[in-house]
Amino acid sequence: MRASSITASPDFAAPMVSFEAAKRHYGKVVAVGGVDCVIAQRSFVALVGASGSGKSTLLKMVNALVEPSGGRVLMSGEDVTELPPPALRRRIGYVFQGIGLFPHMNVAENIAIGPRLHGEHLAAARIAELLDLVELEADMASRMPDELSGGQRQRIGVARALANDPQLLLMDEPFGALDPITRNALGDRVRALHERLGLTTIMVTHDMAEALLLADRVLVMDAGAIVADESPAALLAGKGGDIAQGLVAVPRDQAARLAKMKV
Amino acid sequence: MSGFWEALFGLGDQLAAHVLLSASAIGLGIAVALPLAVWASRSPTVSKAALGFASLVQTIPALALLALFFPILLSLRAVFGEGLPTLGFLPALLALSLYALLPILRNAITAQANLDPGVLEAADGVGMTPAQKLRLVEAPLSAPFIMAGIRTAAVWTIGAATLATTIGQPSLGDPIFAGLQTQNWVLVLAGCAASAALALITDALLGLIERGLLLRRAGLSLAGVGAVALGIIAALFVQFGGNQETRIVIGAKQFSEQYILARLIGSKLEAAGYAVEYRDGLGSAVVHNAIASNDLDISIDYTGTIWTNQLKRSDNPGRVAMYDEIVRWETENSGAMVLGKLGFENAYAFAMREDRAAALGIATLDDLARAAPQLTVGGDPEFFERPEWIAVRNAYGFRFEGQRNFSPTFMYNALQSGEADVISAYTSDGRIAADRLVVLADPKEALPSYDALVMISPEASQDAALVAALKPLVGAINVNAMREANFSVDREGEGKLSPKDAAAQLAAELGL
Repeated sequence: MRASSITASPDFAAPMVSFEAAKRHYGKVVAVGGVDCVIAQRSFVALVGASGSGKSTLLKMVNALVEPSGGRVLMSGEDVTELPPPALRRRIGYVFQGIGLFPHMNVAENIAIGPRLHGEHLAAARIAELLDLVELEADMASRMPDELSGGQRQRIGVARALANDPQLLLMDEPFGALDPITRNALGDRVRALHERLGLTTIMVTHDMAEALLLADRVLVMDAGAIVADESPAALLAGKGGDIAQGLVAVPRDQAARLAKMKV
Repeated sequence: MSGFWEALFGLGDQLAAHVLLSASAIGLGIAVALPLAVWASRSPTVSKAALGFASLVQTIPALALLALFFPILLSLRAVFGEGLPTLGFLPALLALSLYALLPILRNAITAQANLDPGVLEAADGVGMTPAQKLRLVEAPLSAPFIMAGIRTAAVWTIGAATLATTIGQPSLGDPIFAGLQTQNWVLVLAGCAASAALALITDALLGLIERGLLLRRAGLSLAGVGAVALGIIAALFVQFGGNQETRIVIGAKQFSEQYILARLIGSKLEAAGYAVEYRDGLGSAVVHNAIASNDLDISIDYTGTIWTNQLKRSDNPGRVAMYDEIVRWETENSGAMVLGKLGFENAYAFAMREDRAAALGIATLDDLARAAPQLTVGGDPEFFERPEWIAVRNAYGFRFEGQRNFSPTFMYNALQSGEADVISAYTSDGRIAADRLVVLADPKEALPSYDALVMISPEASQDAALVAALKPLVGAINVNAMREANFSVDREGEGKLSPKDAAAQLAAELGL
């Protein structure tokens, strides 16, 4: 249903991010070993895999938090290593598990930090609008980060990532530290924002259920390589190979056991 | 205790100098430590090297560090020219800044290392440049911890700045050192109280700034900064607000005779219309170099001291030959002028309690050598390093049971309390008669003569009026008058005089 509506979008085929034999080594350890992959505009891609599979490293190559040891990473056709990192990162929204709100700045200052870096002052109305996007009240603006719950903080993290009107949103296990209810609600909200703002979203998660429910394309990584590249429907239909199916089996098995208990 | 309050309120100039020296040293320490800490946070090698260096500096005793800057600055004159001061404010500032470095550096580096990695990743993630990251994130989050380091540095520096007195920089150490040498405990107490109060007040104000930074309340921080700034401005006003005239600087080493003679010379010069300033409590080695480098204008030195320390001679050609050779050497080498002998000697001599010497049957150094294996000898801190000691020890074959260092003032107390059996006394010391001591004869003439000399710096010696004003002092002071004056300052209780009063009494007695 979702997939079809996005396919209908006219610029769906244009690439937002391209990995061309992208590699990253740490000494002799290979974190990412030669990945080739094109991520289309407006797609919501989940990078799934076990810890140490290289999914976070691959994601961080896009905003140059990690530099490729070989190959290239392109964003809208430009090699990301040829741009000054601050300029590149201001065009990309970044949300991660650590959240990283600046503890000495209030909510409004945290949200407005990106535009402030290139001398733009965000009006109170715009901050209220960004707070509204993540379903928070406007009066939250003057609060300090240590007065907020974990879920509220990550909502602010998402609002901060959207403040520069990015086309690309990178999320590194964004909901990993949240309780399941908050996690579900915020996941749904992010998916809705993805639609509404016409974003291209790449989300790293180790939770296959989350990937299947939110993404329209799932890349499964293992030992630094992409071992499956399927739609959620195809994965549920048994495609993608053993590693992918091993990951799909976990939530499916849990659902089956829960269903049995109901009876 | 009225004397205490009088002494305390008389410390305005020293307090101002102390505040300015400490504030400058902490300021310089901050100016060096913070950029170094930023660099260290980007390079583990720099971090290790910087902390290692700062810790090493900290292991050097403050007094030694201050003294070390004299030869360092003297050698730097080759680069910066003769105008580079080697005594006073500059070396004190440099030494204290080095001392202030460690706590600031350590706290700044620790604060940087302990920043939440998530916050730093977010700073990069939102697209901060390294400079923006430093200014907007790292600096404000580290500030309270850096401030705590600055507080520690400030308390240390204010305490250590009292030692700046020994290298000729006025500070709250002036009353402490002067009081210690003349056994004027009220003066010592006043200096300590003023220094402690300054440290506590500074600590409280910097604590206010730290709290303000921690609680993110700018008002608190600004109040603290304002109060500190006011204190510094007040000190600047006291220091520089008055009319500045060129003053004749008179140096005094760390014992009463020097304090008295400095005042005597000062009063002669004031009578001749000069403004004078005293640098009290200087190290013996520092004084001669300071005269040669024009940092001091006038000092009192002794033939034996110059003979061994400057001419590096260990022979003993006799009193007259030694004096002539020194005058010649000074003219040729340092350019300093030896105005003349004051008329008395302050030589090293061995002294014992009369009763003890009689009981042991000791009258000469030969007798002493026989009894030495059962006796403890006491000396001032430099005595046992001096060639005179080595010469006399070798001449008589001394082998004492024990050997102890005392400050000159406490040496006599040690003799009375039996902690030392024999001490290296000074022949002009009033306590020799007052304490009923005997000076042991030196039949082999192993101890050189120590005629007191008036030394004038190369620059000041060009001033004919100054030289003329001091000329009457030459040959005018006999050893008995000097002993009496020394004792009036060194004694306890009734009749104890300040060096200034003792100088006035000495002048009156000798008709100077």
